[in-house]
Amino acid sequence: MKMDFIVDKQTKTVSITKEFAFELSLVWDAYTKQEFLDQWWAPKPLTSRTKVMDFRVGGRRFYAMVSPDGQERWGLQKYTSITPKTNFKLFNTFADENENPELPGSDWDLNFSEQDGTTKVSISIYNESLERLEKMVEMGFKEGTMSQLNNLDDLLAKLSREKESE
Amino acid sequence: MRRDIFQAIADPTRRAIIALIALQPMTPNALAEHFDTTRQAVSKHLRILTECELVTQDQKGREIFYSLEIEKMKEIDKWLEQYRKIWETRYSQLDDLLAKIKKQEKEK
Repeated sequence: MKMDFIVDKQTKTVSITKEFAFELSLVWDAYTKQEFLDQWWAPKPLTSRTKVMDFRVGGRRFYAMVSPDGQERWGLQKYTSITPKTNFKLFNTFADENENPELPGSDWDLNFSEQDGTTKVSISIYNESLERLEKMVEMGFKEGTMSQLNNLDDLLAKLSREKESE
Repeated sequence: MRRDIFQAIADPTRRAIIALIALQPMTPNALAEHFDTTRQAVSKHLRILTECELVTQDQKGREIFYSLEIEKMKEIDKWLEQYRKIWETRYSQLDDLLAKIKKQEKEK
């Protein structure tokens, strides 16, 4: 089902909304249980390997994204708020293999809702520094197919529209 | 220290400068005429953009013309586009996983 991906460079927020044709309890489990997360979190050809996961407020998930040649990139997600089957928040950073976070990180706010058997998950990711996105992309996705670049004309038109509306 | 390119374009004046020099190389004085700020303020913005490698300088006589590094601008969207692709891949994997779990539940 459809996914929306919106970047607001001014507020440094990325919003990702996705609908699933499944009931909420199942989708919630997929986001909050280690055995499920490791099966979908890492975009192929990477794999996700969770070393520690403790889904409670104050708990964390410490995991590695592993590339096909065995290189590990560690990530740390600290759960800051949990409302079962409705919302949870976490603070996301990269880390070294000893769980030392690499700041700055990003604040994630995940909302879950269900209507007529369709579950909607809205994630908003606030980055102190959007340079993390660059880092994130650099960490092993270079081999991936380069997507069509947005037309510069479109970008400039957008920039000038924003300028006018300010 | 390397500058954060996104921080560079988060500022409205810097975005306006980018839009102006995308059309033609300009001097700080010519740019300053477009804004209610001082030449010094424009120069400061230009310095940040230069540090981000978003603009290049070209000395012509006594004047310095600034022009936009179009490739660098494209990079920003390229990163964001790749980030979007990561989520697309991730979510298509989750769709598959949910379908698999559901199927297994039914077979029990």
